[in-house]
Amino acid sequence: MTAAITIRGLRKTYPNGMQALRGLDLDVEQGDFFALLGPNGAGKSTTIGILSSLVTKSEGQVSIFGHDLDTDLMAAKRCIGVVPQEFNFSQFEKCLDILVTQAGFYGIPASEARERAEHYLRRLSLWDKRDVPSRMLSGGMKRRLMIARALIHEPRLLILDEPTAGVDIEIRRSMWQFLEEINAQGVTIILTTHYLEEAEQLCRNIAIIDKGQIIHNTSMRSLLKMLQVETFLLDCKEALAGAPQLEGYPCELIDEHTLEVQVDREQGMTRLFAELSARGVEVLSLRNKSNRLEELFLRLVEGNSEKEAVRA
Amino acid sequence: MNYWRHSWVAFCTILIKEIRRFTRIWAQTLLPPGITMALYFVIFGNLIGNRIGDMGGFAYIDYIVPGLIMMAVITNSYSNVVSSFFSTKFQRSIEELMVAPVSPHVILLGYTLGGVARGLAVGLIVTLMSLFFTRLQVQHIALTIGVVFLTSLVFSLGGFINAVYARSFDDISIVPTFVLTPLTYLGGVFYSINLLPDFWQGVSLINPILHMVNAFRFGILGVSDINIGIALGLMAVFVVGLYLFSYRLLVRGVGLRN
Repeated sequence: MTAAITIRGLRKTYPNGMQALRGLDLDVEQGDFFALLGPNGAGKSTTIGILSSLVTKSEGQVSIFGHDLDTDLMAAKRCIGVVPQEFNFSQFEKCLDILVTQAGFYGIPASEARERAEHYLRRLSLWDKRDVPSRMLSGGMKRRLMIARALIHEPRLLILDEPTAGVDIEIRRSMWQFLEEINAQGVTIILTTHYLEEAEQLCRNIAIIDKGQIIHNTSMRSLLKMLQVETFLLDCKEALAGAPQLEGYPCELIDEHTLEVQVDREQGMTRLFAELSARGVEVLSLRNKSNRLEELFLRLVEGNSEKEAVRA
Repeated sequence: MNYWRHSWVAFCTILIKEIRRFTRIWAQTLLPPGITMALYFVIFGNLIGNRIGDMGGFAYIDYIVPGLIMMAVITNSYSNVVSSFFSTKFQRSIEELMVAPVSPHVILLGYTLGGVARGLAVGLIVTLMSLFFTRLQVQHIALTIGVVFLTSLVFSLGGFINAVYARSFDDISIVPTFVLTPLTYLGGVFYSINLLPDFWQGVSLINPILHMVNAFRFGILGVSDINIGIALGLMAVFVVGLYLFSYRLLVRGVGLRN
């Protein structure tokens, strides 16, 4: 099966000499929900810009569903829907008009475009705002409008650049559910986000980009397996005078009801609870101290920076 | 999807969007030229014109009406495209078009014909306004329509090129203020170049707007200071030259892509 995206040796040098991409290779399979993560300035937006024809590449090959950007640009464009990081619609146009106009750019006649627009506006809870100029929408509504606009021509590949930035948790979760449904219908999704919980929740595969190159590209499951030690916060029923001595589990008292415990992947949790129980500590609940993917992400990026420094 | 059908729908979408834009803000786009030109008719046509007497064998107001219509067409065709396309760049909604499979020809035709639509709409308003002050009897209807269309197209393309290079709102007002307005006022709108000394008559012939205004005046009144064939040829050369230049700018993504 043809890959949704194939990128080989992609380079981008801006006129000021800044090298945003330095020979990037990437494959994304059809139907995937793929996370492209990286620190600020790593090259994510440049990569997305090149895929969506908003940035001109300096070197390399890019094909989308087998359509090469250099030789078959129009066919490649038909396959993509893009939700950019920043709002980029006319402030004065009404929501419905924005969608119908966008559909027109893809050759969809107005009558059919209106039907599709109604579907997506209803699906994203924006139908009652159809006659409102876009500038009157809240930040969350604008994000949803951009998703509706990106889907109006029913693309095979949806690229989301920070789709939930500035969106409250309730709307974010409803957007996640919507995106999972779209993906289940066969749309390949590429997501960049700073909410790593979002990437962990939604994506099956992940690439981490740093300094213009992919430094890690694997499945989410394999990546998370790399995390040898996880830190948990335990909420204890009774107040504790000090941190208990647990064999093999470094532990610290955060406050009289909260214990911070480091658990090695090989050890598991069963013995930890047995040890705590033996010392009369009753645990009400537990949670990860920080997102697992976040811990890994920071380690990988820091590791890459150290490698770069050694090379330099 | 069939390429031509797709392109036709995309073209109509851009054109309708452009027409909707200037009709939505009619108080800024259609009304002011009507009022300004009515003042020209009253002051220059009637009050001062009656003292001037004939020009080129016609009452002064009859002589300046074609020039004033052309002045409105030129200004509005240019300003429609330059402000619309630059606003689209400024708000980044140009990205909606750039990511879509729309040919540069379609983008260019959509925006420039949007400018032509406004130029012709304003030209019609000014023409109707002039009927309150004088009676127009068009001598060569096909030539009149052809000249006004070509002129509007030339300045719409000019506005497009200005918008592509513009980086700020100042950049879209420099050309209309310092180039278009002087060339229009010196382009035979208010006078026949036969009134000028020989040297300045020669200099005036360099001004393309003089040829456009006179060709249009010939269509309406049947008199002209210049050769109509040369005027039409000049307009055709401008349309082709500016179109090809604009197309190249779009293909290369100048001012649009990083």
